Amino acid sequence: MDTFFGALEFLRDNPGLIWEKVLQHLQLSAAAIGVALLIAIPIGVGLGHLHKWSFLAINAANIGRALPSLALISIGLGFLGVGFVNVMVAMIILAVPPLITNAYVAVDQVDPDAVEAARGMGMRPLQVLTKVELPLALPLIFAGIRTAVVYVIATGTLAAIAGGGGLGDIIFNQPSYKLAGVIAGSMVITALAFAAEGLFAVLQRALTPKGIRGRETATDVLLGPPAIESAAQAGA
Amino acid sequence: MIGVVLALVGAGPTIPDFGRGSDCVRENGQFCLDWVVDNFGDQLLPRLIQHIELTAIAVSIGFVIAFTAALLAHRYHWVKTPFTAFSAFVYTIPSIALFQLLVPVTGLSWTSAEIALIGYTLLILFRNMLTGLEEVPRDAIDAAEGMGFTQRQILWRVELPLALPAIMAGLRIATVTTISLATIAAYIGAGGIGQPIFDGIQRGFRTQFVTAGILAVTLALLADGLLVLAQRALAPWVRYGR
Repeated sequence: MDTFFGALEFLRDNPGLIWEKVLQHLQLSAAAIGVALLIAIPIGVGLGHLHKWSFLAINAANIGRALPSLALISIGLGFLGVGFVNVMVAMIILAVPPLITNAYVAVDQVDPDAVEAARGMGMRPLQVLTKVELPLALPLIFAGIRTAVVYVIATGTLAAIAGGGGLGDIIFNQPSYKLAGVIAGSMVITALAFAAEGLFAVLQRALTPKGIRGRETATDVLLGPPAIESAAQAGA
Repeated sequence: MIGVVLALVGAGPTIPDFGRGSDCVRENGQFCLDWVVDNFGDQLLPRLIQHIELTAIAVSIGFVIAFTAALLAHRYHWVKTPFTAFSAFVYTIPSIALFQLLVPVTGLSWTSAEIALIGYTLLILFRNMLTGLEEVPRDAIDAAEGMGFTQRQILWRVELPLALPAIMAGLRIATVTTISLATIAAYIGAGGIGQPIFDGIQRGFRTQFVTAGILAVTLALLADGLLVLAQRALAPWVRYGR
């Protein structure tokens, strides 16, 4: 128990350090998520709209999950060297697959009747996409984003071993910060992961069109609908 | 410590020699095949086996816990929410943080690593098992009841076989996730293929951490592939792929 009190004291005594590392961590994570979104959302939404290459899009999440983040960073360390780029590449590789799979499944599984009705009303394909498919797909797309954000924040901790900064600088540096600092850093990164999870669950709920909000249990509200994490869940 | 290590990695060819070995090893090349060939048997293979053990134990114990919980939740519905909330809570904690948070409790040890790894399997296994059980067609259960099956027979001979594809899918995700997380467990002394990654990074020896990284990825992809095959063999009636 002493260690945990030590960690709380560490937090109290080093607000500047913690704040600096949290900011670094968030900047790195935000940059990686930003790039990953730019890559993955157009691919996932586009393929879902066209209902093409389902096998590839659905299995993306499986392949992504199979890649150990530490291994990606260590391989990157050999070929890309120390620093921001290496860590960004690893984080993007981890974030893209769940984003593609969820975006694909979200758009692909929009009720065909709704799409037909929209076409019957004379909407052009782009209108069908933006006015019908995307609003109905938004909750699941956000579930994917939530998963990716939590992955990226967790992986960001490993950034320290490749010189990427962030809270890992404290967690992986026991000689300087002692166990109290390491535990404090672990507590902060855990809080950060939960904050991100909660924030995105709220966003996801706010963005869900009223018409498709079902009856929800307390857990559903807390956790949001689970993201698609494997081909099996996507029905492949 | 990390700072010194990074300076070493960054400095590249100035690192002193890593034992005998070829020009490649002495100049700390990115990937020296001869080092890998020379050291696979006594440095990498034991770590790989250790890694498989770590994973197998975590997934097996996780399976037993999740299976029990899923059966309970299937019968007593109120179990679902607290167990899901608990396992989702554990699942959200970043792995290195959970490992470190266990250190003051169970020490820098294999036990700490296993506890965390088991914790991470629960959500995936439980959710898939319960979904599988809940999606068994009502008609199949009615038919079994009509044939005079007892509750226990219905569970073992109708519900579980029909839930098998979902259970196997969960097992597959849990295994691959555990392989990935177990690399990080090396940091708290659990061994496994993460060990040569951290060692290599600490020594600044490129070939070692790159090779170990590649081995970790290969192991994960291989396990994923094998479990897909197992899934198809055990539940051949499901259409896979399209």
